[in-house]
Amino acid sequence: MLTKRIIPCLDIKNGRTVKGVNFVDLKDAGDPVELAKKYTETGADELVFLDISATEERRKTLIPLVREVAKAINIPFTVGGGISSVEDVKLLLQNGADKISINSSAVKNPKLITELAKEFGSQCVVVAIDAKEIDGQWKVHLMGGKTATERDVFEWANEVEQRGAGEILFTSMNNDGTKKGFANEALAKLSETVNIPIIASGGAGTMQHVADAFINGKADAALAASIFHFQEIEIPELKRFLKLNNLAIRL
Amino acid sequence: MKIAIIDYDSGNIQSVLFALERLGFTGTVTNDWSKIKSADKVLFPGVGEAGSAMKKLKEKGLDVLIPTLKQPVLGICLGMQLLCKSTQEGNTEGLGIFNANAIRFSNAVKVPQMGWNTIYDLNSPLFANIKENEYMYLVHSFYVPKCEESIATTNYETEYSSALQKNNFYGVQFHPEKSGKFGAQILSNFLAL
Repeated sequence: MLTKRIIPCLDIKNGRTVKGVNFVDLKDAGDPVELAKKYTETGADELVFLDISATEERRKTLIPLVREVAKAINIPFTVGGGISSVEDVKLLLQNGADKISINSSAVKNPKLITELAKEFGSQCVVVAIDAKEIDGQWKVHLMGGKTATERDVFEWANEVEQRGAGEILFTSMNNDGTKKGFANEALAKLSETVNIPIIASGGAGTMQHVADAFINGKADAALAASIFHFQEIEIPELKRFLKLNNLAIRL
Repeated sequence: MKIAIIDYDSGNIQSVLFALERLGFTGTVTNDWSKIKSADKVLFPGVGEAGSAMKKLKEKGLDVLIPTLKQPVLGICLGMQLLCKSTQEGNTEGLGIFNANAIRFSNAVKVPQMGWNTIYDLNSPLFANIKENEYMYLVHSFYVPKCEESIATTNYETEYSSALQKNNFYGVQFHPEKSGKFGAQILSNFLAL
């Protein structure tokens, strides 16, 4: 049976992990490669690297980093942040990334999704959707939720699928950082709207929250950052918990 | 050992190269006939769309070369599907090594299948030291139904072939290069054939 995936997300700036990662047993918790290895060993199903550097810095640091990560780990990983062209993606894939995630650039230029799917295959194209619920309407947001657009999330998800995206990474800006659980209602509606896998993001605080995202939110994967980085929840413990809740999990 | 990785501009070859490196081997990415023919092992990876991948193979004459190879050949993901008679994707004719046709999952399930699923009914030296129901990483929208050449089975919507073998030709639907230590074991088994 296909299992539900647990995906730690690492924010990267200038080739280093940020967000005060707090691993006592790592020599250098700011080293993305060491963290990636650690997560791989403890049972992460995939990893996501989100590069938040400015464009100029990104060019210099991201590619060598992707290469080092690809050399070190033997599970799939996705790279996102500032990707806006076929050339950007080509370079990342050539250096060992398995998938890429696009967000603002897809909203500004939806044709990019089509081009990427055609050139590299749907399997490596993840479209990240940052969403915020305003007056009962889920709207697509840009710039980490700062900029609202008029796009309806579910219509956009449909378009993204039609254009050939292989997966959607859905982040609820209402839930992100709250540690009060995922936006399960919206997630479930999204799963009914499209027929590609959905990664739930934003709101993980407890193990039950993750279980709820799978059971009520019908998500195919759950992504989280701080609960893993601060070791509030250990992946092996989380996976055992999910398995006890009758979810299909790789142990 | 000389390991050739068939280069036809399709797929994430770097992951395969790094996986070989982790096992202590070096692969050569090439479309040169003599290099491929003289290799001890041949890897045939592939991701993307079947029709355009087949076109690229033909442009380089590799569609003629591959069926003549005598050493162990391992098709990975789309590589495995291209070794079949055909795939429904773009109604593409394959290389016809395996007597099977790849078809699409229905919309009763999410397509593509993406993630870790189990392999079972393992029946090949390729799976030495791999236990039944081990997890492998898969990403695919088309699948090869169960057939005489199946050497591993996976269940997603239906039971299908997650690995095939005929003579010196092997195919795996999953990505051994991305399936943790057990995936690495399968690659290592292939190199030991």
